[in-house]
Amino acid sequence: METGRDIVLELDHLTIKFGGLVAVNDFSLRIEKGELVGLIGPNGAGKTTVFNIVTGQYEPTQGSVLLEGKDITGWRPHLIAAAGIARTFQNVRLFTGLTVLDNVLVSQHLRLKSHFLSAALCLPSYSNEEQRARANAMELLERLELVPYARELAGNLPYGQQRRLEIARALATCPKLLLLDEPAAGMNPEETARLMRFICKIRDEFDLTIFLIEHDMKLVMGICERIRVIDYGISIAEGAPDEIKKDPRVIAAYLGEGGE
Amino acid sequence: MSLETFIQQLANGVSLGSLYALIAIGYTMVYGILRLINFAHSDIFMVGAYFAFFLITVFHLPWLLSAVLAIALTACVGMAIDRIAYRPVRNAPRISALITAVGVSFFLENLGLVTVGARPKPFERPELMARVVRIGPAAISGVSIWVPILSVGLVAILLYVVYRTRLGMAMRSVATDIDTTRLMGVNVDTVISYTFAIGSALAAAGGIMWACKYPQINPLMGIYPGWKAFTAAVIGGIGNITGAMIGGFLIGLIEIMAVAVFPALSGYRDGIIFGLLLVFLLVRPTGILGETLKEKV
Repeated sequence: METGRDIVLELDHLTIKFGGLVAVNDFSLRIEKGELVGLIGPNGAGKTTVFNIVTGQYEPTQGSVLLEGKDITGWRPHLIAAAGIARTFQNVRLFTGLTVLDNVLVSQHLRLKSHFLSAALCLPSYSNEEQRARANAMELLERLELVPYARELAGNLPYGQQRRLEIARALATCPKLLLLDEPAAGMNPEETARLMRFICKIRDEFDLTIFLIEHDMKLVMGICERIRVIDYGISIAEGAPDEIKKDPRVIAAYLGEGGE
Repeated sequence: MSLETFIQQLANGVSLGSLYALIAIGYTMVYGILRLINFAHSDIFMVGAYFAFFLITVFHLPWLLSAVLAIALTACVGMAIDRIAYRPVRNAPRISALITAVGVSFFLENLGLVTVGARPKPFERPELMARVVRIGPAAISGVSIWVPILSVGLVAILLYVVYRTRLGMAMRSVATDIDTTRLMGVNVDTVISYTFAIGSALAAAGGIMWACKYPQINPLMGIYPGWKAFTAAVIGGIGNITGAMIGGFLIGLIEIMAVAVFPALSGYRDGIIFGLLLVFLLVRPTGILGETLKEKV
């Protein structure tokens, strides 16, 4: 057996079929602790589907998902979240009607032990915990520079801040692994540059392993240590950014087979 | 109309409206979270009244204790219905859940007819509810005073739970985006279960108070109040708790006042309400406070 040093996520021969469509085919990947890995590929290649399998929204037809060596294939999403995987979405999906603080607090359910019922009855054990949860949430908002917005409704935030809040909300679950689905979507180059620094910062500060999908090549090439390319649900290449840029299969997938 | 009659009718309308509001909240909460019209809700209302009836007459418990126990038992019934009937079809197309809800409704009605019989049973109301109170020139029955007060109290508790507690926060986040709430580590099934419990408890409270107002109960007693409360929820803007309350009071007042002002229309009191539902569905289908629903991708 290999002695992979601290493998956080291991995807082992994942395949998922929707009817006759094979969306992801025999996809394997290992991500080590602290790595920043990018997943790229043309539209419809199955990138988000991979994320949906990892977070438990889809159950793979075959293959398994291991988090720190533990098989979590087919677990229900809330248990996977509790086990330490968090994600953001391609199109921001915040709880728009809740305040910024409450958005972050929703996930505090994970850490709060007291039952809903004791919460509803306002037992003392609950209110202590509740205060701690609020303090935690505020601290998180402070680290992500969102404190000025704490009492505002999430839906009223400017777009860039909404993206940041979505990451904050994911971090509130105390993940070991953070999945970012196109974090730079809809951002201008300047915002993207700021986002790149931000992603590197949170990885170090929160001791995270990050797996991200992105179309913005500058971002992917700029921050990812390793890039995996898929097309039509099949892995076609893997390597460091420089290798990927030159890989003929990748160029073909993106630009089409050159007909000369 | 004399001042005396007006006050009496107003009290009557407000108390009826507050009952509609209580039931409407149950419809609207479940819809807000699951996009499901829980047709069984009107029968849960009936079940609540029967639980109270049996606790009082068969087990000879004090009235207030019976009412509280009946509400708790009905909450459990609501949770059981969700667990047994709705959870298995949660990922099925929405129409399946809707048909299931109609099925549960018929099941409860007919179960009632078979087990307790179709004959109406007299419901014993506490002295406080029966006593007549004088307000100015008008004599008003205690029911019309206490029902709105109790209802408003219950709604206040509900609003506290929804807007000030963790459970409420989870309910609001499930209503916005059920999948993302799961990813936050929230066990969505538990949240839905509690939503059914709360909605059913309010329906039971409504059922018991309804039985105090119209002290005869039968297994089909929920149908008309249920439909009207549903109308109230739609008119208020389905999915919106405040809207359901506004809708409830509005429907109660319109129903009573229309007949009070035009006694000739008394045969049409249900027709007026359902006509109003049609008008709203045509003119403003999102209701008074409802937002336009974005179809989820």
